[in-house]
Amino acid sequence: MSARAVRRMSFGQATVDAMRLAMREDERVFVLGEDISWGGNFGQFRGLVDEFGPERVIDMPISEAIIMAVAVGASVTGLRPVASMSFVEFTLGAMDEIVNQASKFRYMFGGQVSVPLVLRASDGILRSSAGQHSSSLEGLFTHLPGLKVVAPSNPADAKGLLRSAISDDDPVVYLENKRITAKRGPTPTGDHSVPLGSALIRRTGSDLTIVTYSAMVREAETACRRLAPRGIEAELIDLRSLVPLDLETVVGSVRKTGRVIIAHEAWEFGGFGAELAASITSHAFNRLRSAPVRVGAAQAPIPFSPPLERAVVPGAEEIVEAAERLMKP
Amino acid sequence: MKPPAPMSREAALRIHRTMVRIRLFETRVEELFKAGKLPGFVHTYLGQEAIAAGVCETLQSDDYITSTHRGHGHAIAKGIELDGIMAELYGKETGTCRGRGGSMHVADFSKGMLGANGIVAGGLGIAAGAALSARLRRTGQVVVAFFGDGGINKGTFHEALNFAAVQRLAVVYVCENNQYAQFTSRTRTTSVDDLSVRAGAYGIPGWTVDGNDAGAIHETTLRAVERARSGMGPTLLNMETYRLGGHYVGDAEVYRKAAEVDRHRLKDPLDRWERTLVGEKWITEEQRAGLWEQARSEVSDAVRFAEESPLPGGETALEAVFTGG
Repeated sequence: MSARAVRRMSFGQATVDAMRLAMREDERVFVLGEDISWGGNFGQFRGLVDEFGPERVIDMPISEAIIMAVAVGASVTGLRPVASMSFVEFTLGAMDEIVNQASKFRYMFGGQVSVPLVLRASDGILRSSAGQHSSSLEGLFTHLPGLKVVAPSNPADAKGLLRSAISDDDPVVYLENKRITAKRGPTPTGDHSVPLGSALIRRTGSDLTIVTYSAMVREAETACRRLAPRGIEAELIDLRSLVPLDLETVVGSVRKTGRVIIAHEAWEFGGFGAELAASITSHAFNRLRSAPVRVGAAQAPIPFSPPLERAVVPGAEEIVEAAERLMKP
Repeated sequence: MKPPAPMSREAALRIHRTMVRIRLFETRVEELFKAGKLPGFVHTYLGQEAIAAGVCETLQSDDYITSTHRGHGHAIAKGIELDGIMAELYGKETGTCRGRGGSMHVADFSKGMLGANGIVAGGLGIAAGAALSARLRRTGQVVVAFFGDGGINKGTFHEALNFAAVQRLAVVYVCENNQYAQFTSRTRTTSVDDLSVRAGAYGIPGWTVDGNDAGAIHETTLRAVERARSGMGPTLLNMETYRLGGHYVGDAEVYRKAAEVDRHRLKDPLDRWERTLVGEKWITEEQRAGLWEQARSEVSDAVRFAEESPLPGGETALEAVFTGG
């Protein structure tokens, strides 16, 4: 592919770019959600209503079930809706529509219909948003057959994965972490797609593998920089897409390094990391030098007060500690 | 708005034929279930036939419906062949959903039947989405969302009616008020006696109809469908009927007296429609008998088709989870 123009833009802007490209290219694409004609809570819809009008950029009542049900009804009758919930916790008001309708329609109806919708939701902690606006719930979605789940870590992937999610014929849950929405990074200005199900090795290393995604990728990058001077070279895998999962890249790396840390902002107990640990163990057991280590949130609702929030949700420091423990002879 | 033209004889006979087909299909399903021929469980539409038949007669073939766990009647009225529905109930590969859905998930999107739905009020928002889609695609399609008196107490009823009203979507919300939500009488769970008054909360018309009178159902629905198609928005129709069968086949029905059911049998919508047809001299006794005979043989053919059809192979169990998979 030829060299392409790249510009620094925020994660939020990158998603607006992807939306605009998709909506220009395909008139079946429309967006519905709370406050979106005002740009959304994180600017992730800024300007769309000016270009595409209120018919395709629909402000919805704070009725999460209807947002999702409308997306399902529109998607099975020929459109490609992008439904937005400001906070991932709000998807819980639409769980019937997500679980019983969107994820099951294709299978339950014998494959006669596809459900090409995208559900965008912001997750993770940001400046003490407290218990009901700070969770990372990807584990609820990855558990469900029929749903795809992506969680980009940077603006370029945010754009590329959103493009792919909108073109995909199945329901895709697109998780955008609040802490990284405003973060800027080099992003292709033209059309740009990242296929679903392709992980990226962001840093190579021979001592251990860190498998992570979303905001935790930045924490892991910081951890890698701190570990290198101590003689620990970590390989960093950004999953980007949880379902479908690029297990091949993960297992390939772990077979090389023999050690793995799985890090996510979501609760460790019963989280997606548990699935990764089990899959890695069954595919690379004979190459593992020690048991996979998980770094995730402690088993409590996310607290409000900053020191408590910090105590529950892990970051670079916890990844560094885990790496050092793993590397102890 | 102009009052609708009087029903034509052809429409009256089509409604009759649909009702008879539903009656015989469901009666047979009940027998088959009791004989242990059908997996799972089934909710029959016995006693409510006038609603599916009368409502769907007002629709065009590309209009949409969403349906409920008690959806066989809707499927038949929307034009799905009996063979495919029966095979689905048997869990056969030739069923409308290749045996993946069963009784509660009969669907045929090519016929505008967007699925029976096992979640009470599950179709109400989906219907709004289909109507929004019709608007964006500029097709003029109308959507009918069938649901029950149980569904009227779900949050999704309120979310859907509010949204459909604010967007003036082409949806007709048809509440089949059969007096029981599962085992519990509507009178013990619902704040209002006339369910149509709930429409007032959303600033849309709500009309109560005798749900055992096929003619009244057809006429009222026609007005609601015309409103919808002309961009005037949704209507709530409260169709008062009675569930002659239990919640599902095999329900011990401890929550009601046999005498109550017997009283309602006297108001059977099919008997009533036949009396009307005979009174209007739209049908002779010979024609009536012939139609029953033909429907009986269609149902028998559907049973034969289903029984002779192959079961799905276990190796196909993971097909169609995703598109292309």
